[in-house]
Amino acid sequence: MRAGFLRSLLMAFVLGAFAVVAIGMVTWVFNASKARIIENERVALVKQLSALLPEESYDNDIVNDTAHWVEPDLAAGETLTIFRFRKNTRPVAVVIPTVAPGGYNGKIKLLVAINNEGVVSAVRVTSHHETPGLGDKMEIERSGWINVFKGKSFKTLPESQWKVKRDGGAIDQFTGATITPRAIVQAVKKTVVFFEANREALFLPEPIKD
Amino acid sequence: MTMWTPYRQIITEGLWTNNQAFVALLGLCPLLAVSNTLINSLGLGLATTMTLVCSNVTVSVLRKVIPSEIRLPIFVLVIAAIVTAIELMMKAYFFELYKVLGIFIPLIVTNCAIIGRAESYASKHSPPKAFLDGLFMGLGFTLALVLLGSVREILGAGTLFSDAALMFGESAVSWKVVLFEDYSGMLLAILPPGAFIGLGLLIALKNSMDFQVKLHRKVFSVQPLDKGNE
Repeated sequence: MRAGFLRSLLMAFVLGAFAVVAIGMVTWVFNASKARIIENERVALVKQLSALLPEESYDNDIVNDTAHWVEPDLAAGETLTIFRFRKNTRPVAVVIPTVAPGGYNGKIKLLVAINNEGVVSAVRVTSHHETPGLGDKMEIERSGWINVFKGKSFKTLPESQWKVKRDGGAIDQFTGATITPRAIVQAVKKTVVFFEANREALFLPEPIKD
Repeated sequence: MTMWTPYRQIITEGLWTNNQAFVALLGLCPLLAVSNTLINSLGLGLATTMTLVCSNVTVSVLRKVIPSEIRLPIFVLVIAAIVTAIELMMKAYFFELYKVLGIFIPLIVTNCAIIGRAESYASKHSPPKAFLDGLFMGLGFTLALVLLGSVREILGAGTLFSDAALMFGESAVSWKVVLFEDYSGMLLAILPPGAFIGLGLLIALKNSMDFQVKLHRKVFSVQPLDKGNE
């Protein structure tokens, strides 16, 4: 009885020792790779954002010039991180990450770039779970469909026309899918509505948090 | 029997006779999820191989200090730590590939082939043998993944080596081979059912190859006997 108890205690101790060594190893790798991972993520973000607007149109540090917003309609309850583009400190455009909740297979994440006049300059899909070969034509690598938004604003296209043609709107859907384009059109429209409502406030300097 | 025979046996077992994907049917979860293109398959295959080698060697080195009652939790601990370290290193050095395979890397932990080799081989053999076993079991798994990935990419998209740049850098952009121009794609091959069907066909192919070889050997070994009877 006593021997069995001691043996169990020993086993617990051995397992604990292995856990401590394993945690130590993972912590070491984590610390050694942290700087590189953060840099990789920053480079990837810059690449993603700079593809949305012409390089000569802005001159600020786009990754760090952000505004945080709570807008349940746009990001399914999460805090939005809005990126602001400026030239000579004057507002040029914003990039708003938007979630289209009604995809064929769940959420579709988008980046919507809107310039200071309320004109959409680019939309890109950053992640989705749509059917490959059918619903993935909104990826810029597969078809140019996503460019239908380029140059559109509520001035050139009345708000009520921001629907796919099947729903009586003015925006083409693409062959093979209706639900995916419909979800994206709705999300882009909501983003433009949000921009129009908050145009001034979006470019204000962010209050420094404690 | 030379001194190299056991090593040769480890190699043939890993690559063919006990191939973890085709014979043992282990690790199907990552196998079926990722094998939609050749490059994705190769990426996950190599990550799995690295995990297998590291976990086999670690388990083999520690085999005499690991008490048998708690060997399984310790194996799990070792494997989980190794996979986490590999995930972090991939994120640091192969970021583009990580973005594609990212969510599947933690899944390597659930690949039963790894704990299977730790339990049935590495915990009973010396580190050099365990290393070789890990390497060739991993390469055998990679071979299965790459075959399935190639078949699915050819049928599904009509291409081969697409996105090679994720792994081999910018110079690999030109590697992409378009096999059929204006190919509209075969959806079934890309979707999960295509993975199951493809794997089934590849296993059938392997079994029929083994069967042919066996038949061939029998014919040859029987002939001299027949002559003797004449």
